[in-house]
This record gives sequence, structure tokens and C-alpha cells, in this order.
Amino acid sequence: MLAYVARTMSVYHQARSRTIQLLLLVAFAVILFRLFYLQVIDGRYRQLAMDNAVYAKVIYPERGIIYDRKGRAILNNTIAYDLMVTPAEVRGIDTLELCRLLEMDTADFKKRLIDAIVKNTSVRPSVFRGLLPKDLQARFEENAWKFPGFNLVERPLRYYPYNAAAHILGYVREVDAKDIERSKNFYRQGDYIGKTGLESYYEKVLMGQRGVQYMIKDNKNRLVGHYENGDFDTAASAGRGLHTHLDAELQQLAERLMSNKVGGLVALDPKTGGILAMVSGPNYNPSDLTGPNGSSNYSKMVLDVTGPMLNRAIAGRYEPGSTFKPLGGLVALGEGVISAGFGYPCGGRYNACGHGKPACTHAGGGHAANMRLAIANSCNSYFSHIYRMTVDQPKFKGVKQGYLHWKEYMNAFGLGVKLGVDLPGEISGLIPDTSVYNRENANRWTSCTNLTLGIGQDKMLTTPLQMANAMAIICNKGFYYTPHLIEKIEAQTEQDTAYINPYRRKHEVLTGIPDTAYRSVIEGMNDVVKFGTARIAQIPGIEVCAKTGTAENYTILDGRRIKLPNNSMFVCFAPKENPKIAIAVFVQNAGYGATWAGPISRMLLEKYLNDTLSVRSKADSARIAAANLMPAYFKRLQQKEDSARARQWFKLTKDSSYLRRITHAPNPSSTPDPGRPKQTSNETFGLMATRKKIVQPHFFFI
Amino acid sequence: MRPQQGTISKGIDWSLFWILTGLSTIGLLAIFAATYREGDPMLSSWIGFKTDYSKQLYFFLLSIFLGFIVLLADSKFFSATANLGYALGIVFLFLVFPFHSKIKGTESIIRIGAFNFQPAEFVKLFVALALAKYLSLPDIDFRKTKAQLRAAVLVLFPALLCILQSETGLALVYTSFFLVMYREGLPASIPVIAMAAVVLVVASILVPPNALAIILTVIALSLLYVLRRSFKRQRGLFTTIVVIWFLAIVVQRIAVPFLFKNVLQKHQIERIYDLFGKDNPYRSSNDSIKPAVEGKKKETGSSYNVRQSKIAIGSGRFFGKGLLSATQTRYDFVPEQRTDFIFCTVGEGFGFLGSFLLLGLYLLLLFRIILIAERQRSTFSRAYAYGVMAVFFFHMVVNIGMTIGLMPVIGIPLPLISYGGTSLVTFSLLIFILMRLDADRQMVLR
Repeated sequence: MLAYVARTMSVYHQARSRTIQLLLLVAFAVILFRLFYLQVIDGRYRQLAMDNAVYAKVIYPERGIIYDRKGRAILNNTIAYDLMVTPAEVRGIDTLELCRLLEMDTADFKKRLIDAIVKNTSVRPSVFRGLLPKDLQARFEENAWKFPGFNLVERPLRYYPYNAAAHILGYVREVDAKDIERSKNFYRQGDYIGKTGLESYYEKVLMGQRGVQYMIKDNKNRLVGHYENGDFDTAASAGRGLHTHLDAELQQLAERLMSNKVGGLVALDPKTGGILAMVSGPNYNPSDLTGPNGSSNYSKMVLDVTGPMLNRAIAGRYEPGSTFKPLGGLVALGEGVISAGFGYPCGGRYNACGHGKPACTHAGGGHAANMRLAIANSCNSYFSHIYRMTVDQPKFKGVKQGYLHWKEYMNAFGLGVKLGVDLPGEISGLIPDTSVYNRENANRWTSCTNLTLGIGQDKMLTTPLQMANAMAIICNKGFYYTPHLIEKIEAQTEQDTAYINPYRRKHEVLTGIPDTAYRSVIEGMNDVVKFGTARIAQIPGIEVCAKTGTAENYTILDGRRIKLPNNSMFVCFAPKENPKIAIAVFVQNAGYGATWAGPISRMLLEKYLNDTLSVRSKADSARIAAANLMPAYFKRLQQKEDSARARQWFKLTKDSSYLRRITHAPNPSSTPDPGRPKQTSNETFGLMATRKKIVQPHFFFI
Repeated sequence: MRPQQGTISKGIDWSLFWILTGLSTIGLLAIFAATYREGDPMLSSWIGFKTDYSKQLYFFLLSIFLGFIVLLADSKFFSATANLGYALGIVFLFLVFPFHSKIKGTESIIRIGAFNFQPAEFVKLFVALALAKYLSLPDIDFRKTKAQLRAAVLVLFPALLCILQSETGLALVYTSFFLVMYREGLPASIPVIAMAAVVLVVASILVPPNALAIILTVIALSLLYVLRRSFKRQRGLFTTIVVIWFLAIVVQRIAVPFLFKNVLQKHQIERIYDLFGKDNPYRSSNDSIKPAVEGKKKETGSSYNVRQSKIAIGSGRFFGKGLLSATQTRYDFVPEQRTDFIFCTVGEGFGFLGSFLLLGLYLLLLFRIILIAERQRSTFSRAYAYGVMAVFFFHMVVNIGMTIGLMPVIGIPLPLISYGGTSLVTFSLLIFILMRLDADRQMVLR
């Protein structure tokens, strides 16, 4: 009986043991299937693990260097230092001493430390104070051992050995959302990009090739070493240099002469189209945009109504006035409507259109007896008349066709079109279409309607670059190379030819005009210097050809049309035979062409052709450089802008301090702005952080 | 039939010893991989008792030492002292309350000088022995409910004490002893009912309450319809179905919400909902769950753990990344990776192949223990062997299941692999005692 029970029990238990074994197998099978799915079938986890643990650290290459025509670096790289802090490692330091070293107060110290923790956690390093000034950096370095958790990190900076050519070189800044989008996400947050000038135009050449280091990071995002011994890393290659046609010393001189003036200046080599100097006034020191105060200087400049950021040499709109006359003469001669011996009996006024306009500075005496004399004496009647003769030729079916033909000439001279200089922001100026005159004159107009086009007025607008290029065309008797800065690119590649080739092409646009025509115009321009209005440009031993220009201009301020001082203009080239340099200078609201623009041109010619200034020019240059010709109405404009901004600020924040400062300012001309200590800007920065979309106002009174 | 004294190797099943050594070695390597830092001096950090793997190495040696003492002991010692040991274990569990020190949310650790140990970890050894002792009593009839209840109390009382120490995971381990009872004659209906209850609870979590109620009702009605002809023959059938339906509705509508609202703690509820990937409806709005990682909103601690653990294991692919090239486990992405999440190190470092081999080793161990259990003459040895098997099985399935997202996060160690002295010694001794008992398998122990 017992045996039976034992046997049945055994069988019974045998079954249960099997059940338990089955349970084990099922559990293991489920786990194995799950593991197989996770590890073999589902491929997502490898990438997720990479995202978790591998950090692609971008290695920024050095940007390319920019050289002048003599191989001198005008834009170079230097190292600045950021003071970094890893808050978790800051222990037992003498805060007071550190604050004394860095010239800050303890409240500021605490704030920066808290900011760092908020921004980057306490275990990762963040910038405690960016771009340490040289003396502070040296002082800190000596005492660095006392301050665990703080260390200096190199940061490459752009450096301008000549402190010159700001508008040409441009500047780099951190990319914004638009840059990132435009580059199809090539650039990332925190990258730097050339924003204007050569920095922007040749960004691809200058930026070099970014490198990537794959680093392993841990769960707190600290980098702990190289991934796979750096097998996947790519090296950064430095940006390539640019050799330009610029002449650093000529550029410096030109900038000095144009200081405290509004206008534009271009000097180029007519044989190559290479730009030797280019200045826009008001100018700024490119170094102001780098370094510790870069950002605040930038915001100030952006809000300055005088527009120091605008490159007026390629984007200024100026009536060429009398400087246009040589071109008008060439068109008439080229069309064959007159010969070089053609004369016009000017009696001080042009009466053929019935209103006695324009007036002429000379009267009688055969001052316009031929082309050469007409140019030398700058006869308004003569050039108005030959403009009319050109557009009213009988071969055309009316003035509109004639005007269009004339316009083609203008475009061939590079007026009214973009030339294609290697700088961003070039404008085309204006040679109006017939439709403009049609609209304004109910479709009925004659050559009298716009006869002052013949003397560079009416609606005609040009840039200094265009006028300098027009001079080059005259020098070359009909052809030009597109004005450009680039001479060659270091280690030039196949793709770089796209940059270079457009400037190697000769534009034979006006070679149809006979040589004799050029000859008489050139002689006339030479006479201008010898006997005419540009005697100021005489240089012993060098035959200079030039033309002055003086343009009236007006502006509307506070609802009134006020007359401003004339624009002073001067175009020239030299030497007469085999010209080496062509210059156009426009100084806004300065006076006669011969008073300001003339001497400036002469000094540039002297500097470039003789490599030195004469005694007389040295004295002149000091006088001109010291002269402040900033137009007075800018002050009023700035004040209006500032108060509008202050009102806007008050509306948004109810903070009336700015408004009060504007209204209580005794005299808007009280210079720079003493009432804005650094502390204020920090406060407003805090305000900005809390109230987004409110732009902090910058105020200053010029 | 007494075993001959002097030769301890007589009758010893050395295969168990080698599996134990193999698993412990894998564990040492895994802890090494998870905590070794480049540049640590290799030799001195292994023998210095400073690093985790060094400590584990010493604990392993201690286990071997204690194991050989066990092998030298008399088998009868274990059956004779089973009840005493149980009592001692309970005392230890009580000692925790005045002496505990709080480490990582648990209150179950006693600190004596530099050492701290966790009674909840090793008491299961005594429980396994005591249960075996109870089941092997000559006058026991385990088919009777009274005996079953006594056995259940024997097992669940230490579990209750563990719960009071906030060691729910270790408490759940004691339920694995029901496998022993099942083997020794617990009616099969009990595990079936238990399974049904688990299914019902899980369904209440996953399915919206009203929908589940409708489903249950539809099932009950269709059962009534299908079985309508049987009611005359079996009077109780109708009543049974209705009662079961009623109970199910009660569980689903009242018991489960009650459980979640009043019994379980917040983190446990989170873990359960994390497992099913659902938002916890019982979370009150003012509970601030601290995000584990900046920028990841609404991620609870346990779901972060499990996600990182799955990334680590999944990124191992088929062949693994190699022991020290495993980025996820080496750079602390997986929390608790030397203790509860140690399996990640194996999964990432050795891939599916390595995990498969490790699981194979465990399966070999468990089947070997069952084989040994079934060849015992005495119920004590057999029940004990099943106890050992059940504890290993439960730990292994729950721990690995947790790392791969099959189980809620329950903090119990992976046997012989996870870092932890008490755990390593306990699991080793479980096996050494089994080896001792097995050596005397011809003897009937009472």
C-alpha cells in the first residue's frame, strides 16, 4: 500500500517537475526573444547609444589672412582669452582677491557664477568672463594657481594690424538663424561667419575646413576621452589667405583724409581694375568690433544715423555733376554728332530750351569753342547742348529712342548697373528708364525735359566706384576690367577660378569711340588741372587729368526743405600718358569740388605715384584730416531717432529714465555720452532677458 | 548510511561548484567593466579592497571559504537547525528596525563598523531550510488547507517584515517559494487562480474600467449561454460563474483602485505604469517628479533607468562592443549598473551572444538543481533544492526582465553577478548547502 502510494506520488510529482521545467523554459525563451529583438532586430539602439555617449566636437580652423598688394597682412589672427569657470571645482578661493584681480565687485562675481550654473550646470565649464583684456589676463595668469575651477581658454580673434579698411574687410559675427537656414544647416549655433566685406564675399575661402573630434562623454555630459582613439576624427584645415590689390599705406592715408567726413572714395589701377584704396565716411576702426566691447560698439554703430556701417564707396548715391562731363563729351563724339572742334556760343546761360537754364559760370570769350576748352572751363551750356544733340539725332524716331540709345552708353560706362565688385552690398546707382519720364510728363517729353542729364544732374545717381571705373575707361580708351580687390587666392583651386575669372575678363565696351575723341577729352581734363578748376591737383613732374564737380543738395528736416552745403566731388587719373591710378572722391556737404575732394585726390596721387607726400601736401593733409565736415543736420536726426526709441522703450517697459535723459539733455551736441556707466547696460541686459523682443536702446549724442 | 568522514569530495556534485565559479567570475568582470576607470593601477585596484570589483573578489573568496566549511559540516546539522535558523533570521529582520541606516531609499541595512549587511537578503536561506523542514515533517499532509496555510505563513511572514523595511522587491522573492509548495502538492488550482488574478489586475491597468467591465460581462454571458444545457446536471455551475464574474468586477472596479490609491507607494505605481508605457492616472497634479535628465520632461526615474538600460543592451548588437569599449555602461549612463542593472554591462559588452551564453549558464544551473532535487530520497533535501531553484529563478527572471523592459523595476540583484557582499555570500551558501545535502542524498533527513 505504502509502496503504491509512493509510486503514484512519484508519478504525480514527476508531472509537476515537468511543469516546473516547462515554466523555466518558457521564461527563458521569452527573455531570449526579447533580447534578440532588442539587440539584433531593432537597430535604433546603436544610434541612441552614440547620441548618448559620443559628442562631435567641432574644431575650428584659423580663418584666412588678407594681404595687401605688397604682401603685408591687413587682416590677421590673434589669440584672446576667455576666463572659464567650472563651478563645482571652485572651492576655498579668496573671492575678494579674485574680484580685485578682475576689477569686479563681489555681487557681480556671484551673479556670473550663478549664471554659469544656470546655463551649463556646475560640472561643465562655462564662460565666466569673455575676452579678458590683456593686463587682466596677465595678472590672472600669474595668480591662476590660487583659483581652482577657473582657467583661461584660448579664443581666436581677428586682428587688424593697420586698423584700417573696415568697410572692405568686413567683420565676422556669430551666425544667426537666417545664416543657418541659408547654409542648409552647414553652420551651427555658435559658429562665426563673415557678415560683410571680403569676410563675407570670400567666406568659403577664408573659413577653411572644419574638423571634427569624436569625444566620449559621460552621463553628465563631461568629455572623458577620445572615441575609438580618434580613428573617425577629421583634421581642421586653416582658411586660405587672400592677396588683394589694396595698398595698406594708401588706404591709411585715404582714411585719415576722409575722417569726420561723409562720402566715398575709390582709387583703382586702370590697367587691372584692382582697387588700391576704398574709403567710406564716416569710417570706423575695425578693431572696435572685436574685443571686449565689440558687441556694444556694434549696437551703437547700427543705431548711428550717420551710417558708419554703410560702405558709401559702393552704396552711396551721388549726383555726379560736372564730373560727368567728360563722359557726355565722349558719347557725343562717339556718336559723331559733333567733332572735337565743335563749339557752342555760351553767353552764361543755356537758352535753347526757353528757360535760360542751366546757368554757366563763364560767359562768352569762346570758353566753349571746342571740346577741350569746354571741358577745361566746365561749360554747362555746351554739355547740355551736346546731350540734346545726341538724343535728338534724326536717325532716331523721337527722343525716347534717342534717350534709350544714350542710356546704353551710360550702362556701357558702368553707370546705372552693378559693376560686380567682390564686395557685398554694391548698388547700381540710377540712370532712369524712359518710363520714369513718361510717367512724370504724361508721356510727352523732349530732350529739354531732362537736359541736365548732360551735366550729370537730373535723376542720374552714381557711386564713387562707378565714377572711378568710368575714369579707368577713359584712361584705357574704351575698355575696363571689373573693379575688384582680389589679386590671388592662396593655394588656388579649380573652384576658386569662379572667384577670379570675372576679374580677368577685359570689357571692351566703348572701344567704338575713336581714339581722337578720347585724346581730346583727356587733353581737356589735363587742361582742367593746368588752367581750370582743378589747379589744386597739380603735381610737379606728373601730368594729372581731372574734373571737379560741385552738386547742390537739399534735405527735408522737420517738414522743411533745407539747402545743404554742396557735395564736393573730384575725379582724376595720372599720369596722362600711361595712367597708373584713377580716383573718384565724393565728400558730402563739404563745398566746392576743388576745396576738399581735389586736395584729397592730389595727395593720394602723390602718395601712390611718388610714394611720399610733398611738404605742401603734408601740411594740407593735416588740415584736411582735422577738418570736421559732418553735416550739422545729422545731430537733429539722431536726436529724433533717439527720442522715438526712448518713447518706444517707455511704452514697452514704463521705464522713463531714457526718455528723461533725452528731454533734459541741455544741448544735443554735448559729446559722447557720459551718463551711461557700464552698470546700466548690465541692468538693461537683465531686463532684456526677462522681457523678450524688447531691444535695448542705445543712445548717444553726436 | 553515514558519509565517510575526511573526504569531503565524496558524493559532491562539482558541476554546481564550477557553474557557481563561472557566474561569479562573469560578475567580477562585469563589475570591473562598469566601474574601472582608465589609468587605475590594475593589480593594486584588484587587491586593494577599495574598488567595487576588489571588494566583490574578496567576498567571492569569503563565499568559497564559508562554502568549504559548509561542505565539511554534517548534513543533519542543516535539518536540525532549520527552525532555529528561521527564528534567528526573523530576529535579524527585527533588529533592522532599531539599527537600520537609510541607504538609497531602503531601510533594511544593518551597519556594524565598516560593514553593513542586509538581513532581508540572507533570510531567504533560512526560509528555504525552514520550509523544507516543515514540508518534510512526517505527520504533515500537505493536501490539507491547514498545512498549506501554515506553510504560506512561514514564507510570507518574513516577506511582510521586508515590506515594512521598504524592500518590496526582496519581499516578492518569497512568493517564489510557492513553486516549492506546488512541487510538494499544493493544488494546481491555487497557482492558476493566482495567475488569473494577475491577468485581471494587469487588464485593469491596461483597459479602461468601463470597457473591461463590459468585456467581463460579455465573457460571463457567453459562458452562461454556451453552458446552458449543463446547468441541470451541475447545480453549482451557474452560481460559480456568477460569483466569479462578480468577484472579477469587484477586483477591477474597487480592489485595484484601492490598491493603487492606498496600498502601493508612489514610486511603485510609477514603475508599474512605466512598464506598460502608460501615464500614471493616480499621480496627483502637485506631485513634482524630478526629471532624471535636464530637458526631458515628465520622465520618471525608473523609466529613465529602463530606457538607458535598453539603449545599453540594444546597442550591444549581436557580438557586443567588447568589455571596456561599452560606452553606455562605462560612462554611467545606466544608474545602479553594478548592482541591479549589471546585466546591461553583459548585454552591451558581449551582445546577444554573451547574453545568450549567460542565460544558458543560468538555465544549466537551474536544470541541474532540478535534476539533483529529483534524485533526493529525503523530502527535506528535495524541497530545499526546489527552494534554491525557485529563488534563483525568480531573481534571474525579474532582474533581467526589468533591464529589458519586461518587468517593472524591482530592485533585486542578479544572483552571483550583481555587486553586493551579502547577496553573493547568500547565493553561494544556498548552493554549497545543496551540494552538502546532495552528497548525502542516500540519507533520509528529517
